[in-house]
Amino acid sequence: MIKHLWQRFIRNIDPWLLLFTALVVLYSVLVLYSASNRDMNRIVNKFVFFGVGLGGMWIIANIPQQMLMRLAPPAYILGVLLLLGVALFGEVTYGARRWLNIGVARIQPSEIMKVALPMMLAWYFQRNEASLRWKNYIVAAGIMLLPVAFILKQPDLGTSLLVAAAGFYVLYFAGLSWKLIGAMTIIGSGIVIAMLDWDTCNRVLHEYQCQRIATMLNPMEDPLGSGYHIIQGTIAIGSGGILGRGWLNGTQTHLDFIPERTTDFIFAVLGEEFGLFGNIILLILYLLVIGRGLMIAARASTLFGRLLAGSIALTFFTYAFVNMGMVSGILPVVGVPLPLFSYGGTAMVSLMAGFGILMSINKDRQLMKGG
Amino acid sequence: MALARRVAADGRRQKFDPPAKLERWRTWVALSALLLLFGVLLGRGLYLRVYKETFLKEQGKARYARTLKLEANRGTITDRNGELLAISTPVQSVWASPRSIILLPPGKVRPNDWEPENEKDPTPISVAELGKLAKLLGVTPEELAKKLGESRKSAKGEEQKADFVWLKRHVTPAEAKAVKELNLPGVYTQPEYRRYYPAGEMMAHIVGFTDIDGKGQEGFELTREAMLAGKPGSRNVIRDRRGHIVEDTTTIIPPRDGEKVELSIDRRIQYIAYRELKSVVESTKAIGGGVVVLDARTGEVLALANAPSYNPNSRAVIDPARKRNRALTDVYEPGSTMKPFTIAAAMEAGKIRPSTVLPTGKSLSIGPNTIHDDHASGAMSVEQIIQKSSNIGSAKIALMLEREYHWAYLRNLGFGEPPRTGFPGEVAGRVRPWKNWVPIDQATMAYGHGISVSLMQMARAYQLFATDGEIRPVTFTRLVAPLPGKRVVKPETALAVRKMLEMVTQPGGTATRAQVVGYRVAGKTGTATKLENGVYVKKYVASFVGFAPVSDPRLIVAVMIDEPQGGYYGGLVAAPVFSNVVAGSLRMLGVSPDAPTGNTIGPAGHAEEDVKEET
Repeated sequence: MIKHLWQRFIRNIDPWLLLFTALVVLYSVLVLYSASNRDMNRIVNKFVFFGVGLGGMWIIANIPQQMLMRLAPPAYILGVLLLLGVALFGEVTYGARRWLNIGVARIQPSEIMKVALPMMLAWYFQRNEASLRWKNYIVAAGIMLLPVAFILKQPDLGTSLLVAAAGFYVLYFAGLSWKLIGAMTIIGSGIVIAMLDWDTCNRVLHEYQCQRIATMLNPMEDPLGSGYHIIQGTIAIGSGGILGRGWLNGTQTHLDFIPERTTDFIFAVLGEEFGLFGNIILLILYLLVIGRGLMIAARASTLFGRLLAGSIALTFFTYAFVNMGMVSGILPVVGVPLPLFSYGGTAMVSLMAGFGILMSINKDRQLMKGG
Repeated sequence: MALARRVAADGRRQKFDPPAKLERWRTWVALSALLLLFGVLLGRGLYLRVYKETFLKEQGKARYARTLKLEANRGTITDRNGELLAISTPVQSVWASPRSIILLPPGKVRPNDWEPENEKDPTPISVAELGKLAKLLGVTPEELAKKLGESRKSAKGEEQKADFVWLKRHVTPAEAKAVKELNLPGVYTQPEYRRYYPAGEMMAHIVGFTDIDGKGQEGFELTREAMLAGKPGSRNVIRDRRGHIVEDTTTIIPPRDGEKVELSIDRRIQYIAYRELKSVVESTKAIGGGVVVLDARTGEVLALANAPSYNPNSRAVIDPARKRNRALTDVYEPGSTMKPFTIAAAMEAGKIRPSTVLPTGKSLSIGPNTIHDDHASGAMSVEQIIQKSSNIGSAKIALMLEREYHWAYLRNLGFGEPPRTGFPGEVAGRVRPWKNWVPIDQATMAYGHGISVSLMQMARAYQLFATDGEIRPVTFTRLVAPLPGKRVVKPETALAVRKMLEMVTQPGGTATRAQVVGYRVAGKTGTATKLENGVYVKKYVASFVGFAPVSDPRLIVAVMIDEPQGGYYGGLVAAPVFSNVVAGSLRMLGVSPDAPTGNTIGPAGHAEEDVKEET
């Protein structure tokens, strides 16, 4: 009887994805223990976040895919309305309008869009699966660009690019023409290269954004100010060498030289204490998570599932890459935590929710096989 | 239902959808792009770890490793008996880094969980905190705020807040502790040494003083800087970002404390010399004066005092005139104290004997110039010329000498070159080259005009009579054994002149006021008119140079009073200083008296007349 209940309980959980996720989290706890100077509170909290995330994941994994599909348009519309609300009544902090006070809490609608947009796009392609034409891609582009434009206007370049990426992955898996992808790549590279020039950049972007790019190119310009984070990150990574200084032995970590060392810059702590070796282990674990996600996408029973799963897997990769690239000094500083690794509840729970979606998509396929 | 949809989808896919093969291909493309980007990350990691590892490790070390300077204790300066003349005591100083502080507007306080965003992020300080600090430092909050707002131009020309500013130097340990307990970010204390001079103003010109940073500025504090300063050591420590020292690492280079500088000065004699000089300079309203006391047997300087002096312990701005070490750095025309040298030169050259009588008269004309004597008499013996200080007699004797011989002799006495005592700013004085001498030059030089010397040079040259004709180098360093001297005249000559010099202090001489109860003393007065802009004016330099006890000279004392008001004769103002210094010092040194007590005569009416002399 209990066995049967257990079977029912874990029926919709993908053991592989759960295993890889748990490994990353356990690995992160090891590093967090050192980064937080053996702060047991943080360790406990981290497990609490993971537990909450698991709960959310379980719930979402048990939602039927059809319901997810049906939720997509309302979620998207709500997201766009909230973004509109931000643009009209948002709270200004540090010169940007990103938060909306909805009475009970302050929310950042751009975060909702990170999930709502790919869902909406996947829904849209699913709906028009039978007759995919050029104009469908144009409409999809419109669906994508509306929230992106809102977020860009806040201004929040980093998040808008991440949301755009999540949308683009859906388009990609939906069969976006290679010619178009090629053209976008060329134009995109051109824009990126143009932004490397301070004057050109200032004509298009905000000064602080250009400052981040300039800092990435030459952090030593202002080593104690804007270049501080990047320099400290690269120093910690470089000091680690191949094998690292050893757990709890990182000087940069323990002498407080790494900023945000339990959150955005935890990768630097990993780099210093576990070296290149530790990095490779993390990359492998990430690859396993992403690979499992892509596998679920490839085997998905519906176009909606395939597109959404693919987007979720690649978005996960994007977060990991952007964070590690930022800490290693090859990307400008943007506030993206290292997925599953950085200390923080919101990011953990939303990532696990994404995995819940993956499992929900996966479950339908299994049912199909059984049926 | 799902199955039905699936079938339907499959059916349609053949018509409209890209083939399934392509789908998988897209996944593979995505996967390989992702692997490529991870490869870039790994490459970057490898680059940082292998190619840039050394640099980055050094940079890392530069962030946590600090070398702390361990201040060396400055060496002490003592007198010949080990009495402390300059010592260092540890104190604390308070400093701040204005760049890491930002003053909050009134009413605002720093939140408890405040954390800096980056290294440059200044810590906010509330008005209340500022007020507390200001109170501790004894300044107004406005003054303190101004100091904390100090800015300077950076290399790029931008106005930047200063990195470092002293808030208060040399505070008491209690004050420093109170400041530390405020625990204000950006405000620090630092140990320093403060120099203290127990002997104060009486020794100021010799010992000198250091600036607030402990560097010698004057006197031996300056000349012996290298010895006194020592070498700071260092301690390697590991500090965290906030600058707290987390751990001491092993390498410690201990500071090498400065060496002790032992001077030849005897603090007790110095005290007597300064006291006597000061009292006379004050009572005669002179603009200044100096005393030099030499050990007649070794050439060591036992005392050197100047008036006016200053308090080296005070950090107040000192009038430069008070800082002048007149005895070494000022020249004056010595006047009659030169006469014994003239006599000795002529005796040494075989031109005269002590008993030789010369016609003197009231005046002597040499070319267009005329020399006068106060004590007019038709003829004088050489002894009388000294005793009565006759200008005409001395001039006549000088004119017997070859110019070149006379010049070389003066140079042998050390005139015209610095005495090389090792003291900064010594002057050489001036002896004009003999080739330019005309008879009047030689004649006036005989009684100390047309030649300039320092008081130290004069004291040094008097060794000639205090020894048996030798001159030793003078030194401020305590000697274990005397340095070899240079013979300038034969012992007979020296002893003969010594005898004449004793007569100067005896009844009928110009310096009866130089007498000391129980000791025989010898010396020569000088009362020189001063030369101002090439013209002799009615301003005088009164001096007396002598030694005691005559039977076996121990001390040479040279006294100079610059522009005494009222009675200005050397025998009147300078001789009493000599007498008191010699009396006090000989007794202090326990030198046995060589004269019966009651050997002195009081300053009777006729003595007043005796002290008069033209130069």
